[in-house]
Amino acid sequence: MIWIYLLILVALSVAAYLGGRALAVRRAVGAKPHSRPGQHGAYALIWVAAPALLVLVLMSLFSAPLERQLTAVDTPPEVAALDPFRRDAFFADAHRLGRGEPALQIWERPLAEQLPVEARRMVSIERTLKWGGGLAAVLAAVLGGLFAMTQIRPQIRARNRVEGWVYGALFVCSAIAVLTTIGIIASLAFDSFRFFQRVPIFDFLFGTQWSPQIAIRADQVGSTGAFGAVPLFAGTLLIMAIAMCVAAPIGLLSAIYLSEYAGRGTRAVVKPLLEILAGVPTVVYGFFAALTVGPLLRVFFNEIGLFLIGGPLDGLGHYLALVQNQMALTAGAVMGIMLIPFVSSLSDDILNAVPQTLRDGSFAMGATKSETVKRVLLPAALPGIAGALLLAMSRAIGETMIVTMAAGLAANLTFNPLDTVTTVTVQIVTLLTGDQEFNSAKTLSAFGLGLTLFMATLVLNIVAHRIVQTYREQYD
Amino acid sequence: MKTRIFRSAEDQTGAGTADPTHAVRMGGQVLPAAVSEASETAGDADRIEAAAESSRQADQTVVATPPTGPIKIAARDVSVFYEGKQALFEVSLDIPDKTVTALIGPSGCGKSTFLRTMNRMNDTISGAKVTGRIAMDGEDINDRSIDPVLLRARVGMVFQRPNPFPKSIYENVAYGPKIHGLVSAKSEMDGVVESALKRAGLWDEVADRLQSSAMGLSGGQQQRLVIARAIAVNPEVILMDEPCSALDPIATARIEELIDELRERFCIVIVTHSMAQAARVSQRTAFFHMGRLVETGDTEDIFQNPRERRTLDYITGRFG
Ligand SMILES: Nc1ncnc2c1ncn2[C@@H]1O[C@H](COP(=O)(O)OP(=O)(O)OP(=O)(O)O)[C@@H](O)[C@H]1O
Ligand SMILES: [Mg+2]
Repeated sequence: MIWIYLLILVALSVAAYLGGRALAVRRAVGAKPHSRPGQHGAYALIWVAAPALLVLVLMSLFSAPLERQLTAVDTPPEVAALDPFRRDAFFADAHRLGRGEPALQIWERPLAEQLPVEARRMVSIERTLKWGGGLAAVLAAVLGGLFAMTQIRPQIRARNRVEGWVYGALFVCSAIAVLTTIGIIASLAFDSFRFFQRVPIFDFLFGTQWSPQIAIRADQVGSTGAFGAVPLFAGTLLIMAIAMCVAAPIGLLSAIYLSEYAGRGTRAVVKPLLEILAGVPTVVYGFFAALTVGPLLRVFFNEIGLFLIGGPLDGLGHYLALVQNQMALTAGAVMGIMLIPFVSSLSDDILNAVPQTLRDGSFAMGATKSETVKRVLLPAALPGIAGALLLAMSRAIGETMIVTMAAGLAANLTFNPLDTVTTVTVQIVTLLTGDQEFNSAKTLSAFGLGLTLFMATLVLNIVAHRIVQTYREQYD
Repeated sequence: MKTRIFRSAEDQTGAGTADPTHAVRMGGQVLPAAVSEASETAGDADRIEAAAESSRQADQTVVATPPTGPIKIAARDVSVFYEGKQALFEVSLDIPDKTVTALIGPSGCGKSTFLRTMNRMNDTISGAKVTGRIAMDGEDINDRSIDPVLLRARVGMVFQRPNPFPKSIYENVAYGPKIHGLVSAKSEMDGVVESALKRAGLWDEVADRLQSSAMGLSGGQQQRLVIARAIAVNPEVILMDEPCSALDPIATARIEELIDELRERFCIVIVTHSMAQAARVSQRTAFFHMGRLVETGDTEDIFQNPRERRTLDYITGRFG
């Protein structure tokens, strides 16, 4: 149905383009036209396509409410007498019936007779709307085209007008991205606000007890739950710190190797490989952490523990012998591995941006390669590298999958890497998955966490980008 | 060795034009008005033709006047290949000590390439290969026993665009002494930095802001800072690759003055595109063309009576 209209519109557009072009050529006789014929064609095309698209968009936005309005006008008294909820159900069933599907509910006598009648009425209303909308679109296209045809003259600045439309279209596209972001922030802020109405923001930011589960059992003591986010942020920071301890040195050193030491051949192989590594889904790293690294670390620490039991470090031995698979260290280490390509790729770009003349200058002073790296390149690239590390941190903070699979769920307030901890993102996932009551403080707390996390990473990102930017400008 | 040397005055055709009254005053003064004069003197044409004829048989270097004084660097049959493509063809050149030697020639003729062979900077270019012998004080610098890192402490280099490190002015000058472990005490380092900056004629301008970033200096100041950085390690030779091409005329004059002062202590080799600059600052000139050393001799000699047609054409601006 809609396809026919689209085909007609495409045909009209093509016709408008060709017609506009031909017309421009014909009318240009004698005068020197401002724009080329093709631009006149494009101008006509826009005047055909834009009004039609506008009508189609309006139709898709308003046809459903319009249909409801039209249906409501002639509602039989039996139906009108129903309570709104039942009435909606009735019309929904009428609609299904109209499409040839069976009704979902069994309706009583007077209503049951009304149902097919209403169904037929709805079908006819729907059809009218569809045809009407389609015709309106075609009409708009034709009118627009005719208007364009009257406009086409040698003097008209078709080129500038087409450029204006292109500008407008591009602007709308980029505005969509910005508006979406604003929408996300707004919805997050709105739900967080509802959360902070129940739980004071101070308790949330500075409380040290996190146990949202209690909140759904209204009969219990402590039924407000405990929404102190400190353990979550501590866990996030701990895992991020471990990850950065792995990713920063290894990533940086491999970047130095790639940009300063590796030959062209090695570089051509290693750099793409690293970039592929950066594209591995994090859930795969999660497997790796949960199934390989976790058990390995557990066995390692348990062995050390067994070795220590009986010695002077008895207590430590007993503790180590009980270390489990899930711990901050596992998640942090694997997250660090995940971040290595990210850090090294960014740092490599930054090192490459350091002008060759600085290297030459240093070599010409008799500096060796490692002296040049240490004394000239790293200091010169430091701001940029700091920016890269900040970006890596904000990724580590936002990372969810690895932590879910490898760090555990217990919200311990600890900085011991061998303990299980949980992070903000993991808690958001656990709070929002499964059947949840959507108005409870427990569910809403996810938005509070989300907003806080969003703010933290936003600030990190802004700082990082600012640093990278100023660094770039330094050499341009 | 293919170098053909005009050893005596008899060998020099048209010796009369070597009249000292034609001599351009070197060392800081004005342009060779004599250049155009020389090319227009009627007798010169024959002389040039004859010289060109005699050297056309092979691509031999014409040595118009041999250098006087001790030779610092002696290059013999130096060729350079970039990934198999030859950029420099059997260049043989003697570079005297305590003298400014100018390398001139059209773009792409191999001046920078030859300059880089003297501190082995070609080593840092992947795919570059150098053959032939370059002796510094009689010692082959391409010999296995010579560490390029130590060589570069003896042969400083100044580049076309000023390239101070993004550090403080002080740190820039102290860079060389630090990495070579020349000084240990802080007070001693202060002295080294000060004297290098003084010799580079920059001290008065930066004495009160040694700890501020070198990137904040003007282009001309940066270039003098780079020169200070090079002389801080007390090199024997300073190589300069178009050191003034990114500078305005005033900064250029300042650098030229400095080069003239530095000549008393160092052997200086400078690449330049400006004939006027070559005439002003250098005592010796070597003219390169298409990867070959065409002609070399005392600057005044080269500029007044070039033996080679190509030299004449180049210095009178007929090509390049
Ligand atoms: N790193 C390199 N790799 C490959 N070829 C090079 C390289 N450097 C120089 N060449 C080639 O060697 C030849 C001589 O170059 P060189 O830079 O020595 O010329 P130049 O005389 O200094 O020119 P200019 O006056 O423009 O600086 C040129 O043909 C150039 O293309
Ligand atoms: Mg050059």
